[in-house]
Amino acid sequence: MFDVAIIGAGVVGGMIARKLTACDMKVCILEKESDVAEGATKANSAIIHAGFDAKAGTLKALLNKRGSDMMQDVCKELGVSYKRNGSMVLGFSNDDEKKLREIMENGEKNGINGLEIISRERIVELEPNIADGVTCALYAPTGAIVCPYELTLATIGNAMDNGAELMLDFKVERIEKTDVGFEILSDEGTMVDAKIVVNAAGLYSDEIADLAQCKSFSVHPRKGEYILLDKEAGMTVSHTLFTVPTSMGKGILVSPTVDGNLILGPTAVDMTDKENKDTERDGLDRIIAESARMVKSADIRQSITSFCGLRAVGDTGDFIIDMPSKGFVNVAGIESPGLSSAPAIAEYVAELLENNGFTLGVKVDFKGEREPMKGFSELSYEEKNEIIKKDPAYGRVVCRCENITEGEILRAIRTNPKPRDLDGVKRRTRAQMGRCQGGFCSPYITELLSKELGIPMEQVEKTGKDSYILSGRTKEVVENA
Amino acid sequence: MRNVDLVVIGGGPAGMCAAVSAYNAGIKSILVLERDAALGGILQQCIHNGFGLHRFKEELTGPEYAHRCEKELRELPVEIQCGTMVTDISRDKVVTAVSPEKGVEKIYAKAIILAMGCRERPRGALNIPGSRPAGIFSAGTAQKYVNMMGYMPGKNVVILGSGDIGLIMARRMTLEGAKVHAVCEVMPYSGGLARNIEQCLNDFEIPLYLSHTVTKIHGDKRITGVTISKVDEKMQPVKGNEFFIECDTLLLSVGLIPENELSKGAGLSLDNATRGCIVDQSRETEAEGIFACGNVLHVHDLADYVSEEGEIAGKGAAEYILGLQKKTEKISVSGNEYVRYTVPQFLSSVEGNMKIYYRTGSVLSDVTISVVADGVVVSKQKKKKIVPGEMQFVLLKDGDIPEFTKEIKVCIDKN
Repeated sequence: MFDVAIIGAGVVGGMIARKLTACDMKVCILEKESDVAEGATKANSAIIHAGFDAKAGTLKALLNKRGSDMMQDVCKELGVSYKRNGSMVLGFSNDDEKKLREIMENGEKNGINGLEIISRERIVELEPNIADGVTCALYAPTGAIVCPYELTLATIGNAMDNGAELMLDFKVERIEKTDVGFEILSDEGTMVDAKIVVNAAGLYSDEIADLAQCKSFSVHPRKGEYILLDKEAGMTVSHTLFTVPTSMGKGILVSPTVDGNLILGPTAVDMTDKENKDTERDGLDRIIAESARMVKSADIRQSITSFCGLRAVGDTGDFIIDMPSKGFVNVAGIESPGLSSAPAIAEYVAELLENNGFTLGVKVDFKGEREPMKGFSELSYEEKNEIIKKDPAYGRVVCRCENITEGEILRAIRTNPKPRDLDGVKRRTRAQMGRCQGGFCSPYITELLSKELGIPMEQVEKTGKDSYILSGRTKEVVENA
Repeated sequence: MRNVDLVVIGGGPAGMCAAVSAYNAGIKSILVLERDAALGGILQQCIHNGFGLHRFKEELTGPEYAHRCEKELRELPVEIQCGTMVTDISRDKVVTAVSPEKGVEKIYAKAIILAMGCRERPRGALNIPGSRPAGIFSAGTAQKYVNMMGYMPGKNVVILGSGDIGLIMARRMTLEGAKVHAVCEVMPYSGGLARNIEQCLNDFEIPLYLSHTVTKIHGDKRITGVTISKVDEKMQPVKGNEFFIECDTLLLSVGLIPENELSKGAGLSLDNATRGCIVDQSRETEAEGIFACGNVLHVHDLADYVSEEGEIAGKGAAEYILGLQKKTEKISVSGNEYVRYTVPQFLSSVEGNMKIYYRTGSVLSDVTISVVADGVVVSKQKKKKIVPGEMQFVLLKDGDIPEFTKEIKVCIDKN
């Protein structure tokens, strides 16, 4: 029997899993997809918000500030990238400036330091590529960027290295209350017992709450489309640039990513279908038009991919973190600033459990540090040569766009949480993520996965069940053709 | 630390022929670095025929063509290092490379020839709306799976783009038992060779939809179909003209991009039209002693022309190393509005015969191509038809260009 079963392996579920593992609890994470970070965590703006725009007094405001304060140390421990690049909310008129002042006041109430309204002159100094129409900005020096799936992989990997168990392709179908806790049943008939259930199921958290007869809220998807530009465009801006927010969110942003690309987006379209992650022409066109209003020279021909994420928007306007029934915790409606708040949400959940009479304990041999996965490319030639001498696979470049070696890919395939498919390798290593988008290296990585997982080439998948890459051998005799 | 006279980056047809040519022109210390396990570059997976008609006067397959080049090269005492990826070059000609055997090493060269080839434009560059399922491949990736690895990417195929690799793959997939439902081309004409349209599509009754593109990709885990729309003259989809084709595979053949990451890293500027370096008649870039040839310089239609260009660059590099270059003042080479680009983009000598390659941006019939040196026509030829998919050249003989010329223009004029 587990002490805790966490439903959902996104950044929130992952942070909670790591926190409770450190508390000496026996933790399992149940995830319906075949990899972690597959929901809202996979496709968002990758921003650690300074915390000025969540309404003062809300849980969002409290946890954003706390999370943003914690993030740098968390990233350091987990060996993942974190860059405090600062952010700006751009204004285009006197009217906007008034709104920016209001946001600044709100931010000061939230306890955010260093906020200031800056003039065009100062903006141009900080961002030479700013568009002509920008007149003023709210500058927040504590805004930062991370890679959300890198962070989640490291968080869950670290929890697993400390004893947490990850069950993939586990779609929760039933939750039964028992005398000692809960029985959780998957759609494939696997059963898990746990004393506590944490519902961190993102878009599906309302349905999970419903299974436990604890539904008091609903969640709907809000689509956000993005365009990612080549690293050559990564230097277009150095800060994260927003426009004045609306009721639908923080608007289109233009930001560098920690890996050096430039990200444009998101759109914000309320949806009903929780699985539809299609990008639409209109949305992509809007991103292009809106970003051109903000910066002069985001060259859209440098686009290497476009994608779409679904934010889990709750119906209360705030994060929903509560315990509606003894041992069942909802962590729902975690829309923006969810990523920024995630480590603070985990602490908050631990406090909630303790306040409700659960003893969490302290795991004395918990190791919070994790070896960085990305370090190889930054090593000196001498250091690289030492590693290549021991393992020649580090001298074999597989992904030529991002310069990722076979050694790094094999290491990722063998490290918790282990990837099972091409996209899993991509998110862990960046191989296939460069400008050719896997054109050259994906056949090679398919072979590596086939060998490492001991499965035939035809069974290697792109991203989860049924996403096969190859339909069969050539020269196959087709019966009844 | 290693010192060599000439480092050739890339062991495809351009690099191999460049190394042979440099050797024959007197350079004995040559190192060819190839990232793949074998020489030949992309020719290894081009198992169809049609190679070598110009160079070898017979029809060869890609691997046969590559083998001939390799044989010539292997007969010479030239050092060849496969499985070696060059990660950086500098303008003072330090090459950094990495391999399993030698680790990271720095090589000091007197001259460098860039012959890294090109890559395919991926889906992301097009921003096709819709989902992101498995089953979308660039045509060359599919070609690698089928021809090199023996696997089928799928059975019901739509191809977007009528570049040569797309056309070749339409036939290849058909021969392997797949059904190719359509080839869509956003332009009103095909980007591929006329012979490929005939032999790869028409012979197999595969429909080619000109002025059509894929406007939506369907499918969650694996692609299930595409929406195809007619486009207007501005290449914008015409509403109400969409149709759906069920498929499990979409191949993209939407253009090739020279792989100039190393060149850019060394601070070399690129031609906006070719997306390759700016070079003179010997294929020397603006950085002294750094040469470029083959598809890394501009995308060629035929391997034969790639080899020829490799030879020019090899000879040029040899002359540079041996101090035999005789440079005049820079003469700019450009084209009129019908010329998309010329290679070379400038001359630093007018000695000897030379070819100026050019490509047009539109389909043109009954034209005169003239070469104008400082306002004076020095060469003229008529052509029935020129198309963007087929590279053209004008031959300039020794003495055609007067001394002290400042500017040469290649002009296409309608008759």
